[in-house]
Amino acid sequence: MDQVNQILEIDNDYILTKVKGWIGDRLIDAGMQYDIMNLIVKPDATVELLRLLKQDEELKFDFLTDLCGIHFPDQKGNELGVIYHVHSFNHNIRLRIKSFVPVEHPVVQTMTSLYASANWMERETYDFYGIIFDGHPDLRRILNMDEMEYFPLRKEYPLQDATRTDKEDKYFGR
Amino acid sequence: MTEIKLVDAPAGHEGQGFFATSLEKVIGLARANSIWPLPFATSCCGIEFMATMGSNYDMARFGMERLSFSPRQADLLMVMGTISKKMGPVVRQVYLQMAEPRWVIAVGACASSGGIFDTYSVLQGIDKVVPVDVYVPGCPPRPEQIIEGIVKIQELVKNESLRRRQTVEYKELLASYGIM
Amino acid sequence: MQQELIKKINTSVGSLDDSGKPIQDYNILNLGPTHPATHGIFQNVLKMDGEKIIDAEPTIGYIHRAFEKIAENRPFYQVTTLTDRLNYCSSPINNLGWHMTMEKLIGIKVPKKADYIRVIIMELSRIADHLICNSVIGVDTGALTGFTYVFQEREKIYDIFEELCGARLTTNLGRIGGLERDLSPKAKQLIKDFLRDFPKVFNEFDQLLTRNRIFIDRTRYVGGISAERALNYGFTGPNLRATGVDYDIRVMNPYSSYEEFDFEIPVGETGDVYDRFLVRNEEIRQSLRIIHQAIDNIPEGKHYADVPEFFLPPKEDVYTKMEALIWHFKIVMGETEIPVGEVYHSVEGGNGELGFYVVSDGGRQAYRCHFRRPSFIYYQAYPEMIKGSMLSDAILTMSSMNVIAGELDA
Repeated sequence: MDQVNQILEIDNDYILTKVKGWIGDRLIDAGMQYDIMNLIVKPDATVELLRLLKQDEELKFDFLTDLCGIHFPDQKGNELGVIYHVHSFNHNIRLRIKSFVPVEHPVVQTMTSLYASANWMERETYDFYGIIFDGHPDLRRILNMDEMEYFPLRKEYPLQDATRTDKEDKYFGR
Repeated sequence: MTEIKLVDAPAGHEGQGFFATSLEKVIGLARANSIWPLPFATSCCGIEFMATMGSNYDMARFGMERLSFSPRQADLLMVMGTISKKMGPVVRQVYLQMAEPRWVIAVGACASSGGIFDTYSVLQGIDKVVPVDVYVPGCPPRPEQIIEGIVKIQELVKNESLRRRQTVEYKELLASYGIM
Repeated sequence: MQQELIKKINTSVGSLDDSGKPIQDYNILNLGPTHPATHGIFQNVLKMDGEKIIDAEPTIGYIHRAFEKIAENRPFYQVTTLTDRLNYCSSPINNLGWHMTMEKLIGIKVPKKADYIRVIIMELSRIADHLICNSVIGVDTGALTGFTYVFQEREKIYDIFEELCGARLTTNLGRIGGLERDLSPKAKQLIKDFLRDFPKVFNEFDQLLTRNRIFIDRTRYVGGISAERALNYGFTGPNLRATGVDYDIRVMNPYSSYEEFDFEIPVGETGDVYDRFLVRNEEIRQSLRIIHQAIDNIPEGKHYADVPEFFLPPKEDVYTKMEALIWHFKIVMGETEIPVGEVYHSVEGGNGELGFYVVSDGGRQAYRCHFRRPSFIYYQAYPEMIKGSMLSDAILTMSSMNVIAGELDA
């Protein structure tokens, strides 16, 4: 009986009302993108919001599907972003939570206290974008070589290896 | 009863109870038909290698029945798959641990020249770190292509002079890679 | 002098110290990037006490090919070749998952016929993937015969893929909006022959291993994980179903008309190696069931949606008709409009939830493309799963988790 009622009542608007009740004005924006609701929050509210979403008895967003980074060089002051996808098995609803930090001080709270799967995903995001996760047990590069000095997926770096000497650009259309 | 195909005997002098030919030909024949490969399979080409080893495109009929995962006991280093810059030192170390005479076959586009991955993290061909004898193109190459590469290696092995590894040219080749 | 030597021997490793606890010295073993038993290249530095493992530290990234960066520099239909190489044992699933993500972004509805053919292709590749994993578990326990039987059957699946798209392994199959060609009569015949001949060989493989005393002793209660820890670690796919949670994207968020098929989700109990083996075996049987239903009921219609802006026209039209030539030119040069937005779509790959997150800014290339790779996420749990077990159990745990190096490092 409870389960049926929950399936009828929980939808994105209900979740949005609850989220607004929890974090108030630290929620910058909310909107639908295709079939998943986006929530853009301030960086200091991410852990709190995800903890409340996970532990709430009604909502139970207890599965972290994905964690990735993004770089918008044009949004001054908000260049680097972290994007979380969470999933609630009970109600089959997904949410996307984003938060943006400036490139001079890219520090976000870590999610490893809530979800063990965030460990390597945060290391990958650090490896690609240089976002520092405050409180991570072992933040170092995971996929690239340890000696690499730059963060390759940022938009200012090219795809090809810049030090290649054996390729003439004019034969490759560059 | 099916006929089993045997390898042709080399040209030589035959008589009652003896057969005389040159040492190079005999050793070449023995080496070519009993190569012990080291499968260095990293990605998709490794799965095609597993299919080549299976019973449909059997590789054991070319004498490569025993795969050696220890470089000290291997003759042929088969590098199959993408080698990234992080993996480059490992390929080189495995190559250095092999004993002479040793051959290297680069299977697949990624091992030959970097393949479709022209990125900051992929080594653009293993011939930047080890000397390669045969390149097999393809992404991934069909098992028949891998077998053609192996047959070419067999020809190289059969016709190699016994003194090749001590010649000046070979030593210069190794020196160009920084190998003593 | 001798007194000192005797004292030194009597207080070395293994003997008791002053408080009565045994003195321990650990052995560091490098299960290096190249090892015959690690199927794929990743390194584990094991801290061992004799044969038992105390701790493990994995290092990955030896085959990092920067897929996400490449995908930002390629038009959308060229990213299919990259997705092939993620989980290369079952590449059509990756390809079709990418096409479905694009169709969701653009808003294309694919006709039922294309859906059914896609289901057949995806289930065939799932069978291929599970066959490799299960036969390799057998090889790691020493049972090499199953491997040779099973690879013979995989050749038949490769023949079907070759008939459909021309390639065996890295298939680059499908188009945005459907499939490039319909099922030819030869492909249908090959699939029907496969459905007729495969169950017998699979039963032989099953009989070799499933009730084999030695196999059960090697795999039962080895490398287990509980359901709560598995969910916390983000497990999906057969590894999660072996712990008891029946999470399958095909049932939870159905795509490509999966809701019209009747199949069950096999679930295990303890999450150990034996359960994973059994779950994959049963999934192969369920996949065969789905393919039977699909091939008997393929609906009429076209095998592609009516979207000339994204679906490359067939070559005979390009050479004879003017419009087809113009559309071909426009698509290849990238002058079609892609909506702005972000989309996340996931499919049930061979290892679990394979997700594609695409942020599009309206240009011909993705602004950001992220692949949610199941192997990367559940391999984090490996040190926890092998703590306290023997070295050979650690090898079996790794091969039963089906970690594919291409998916791990992307």
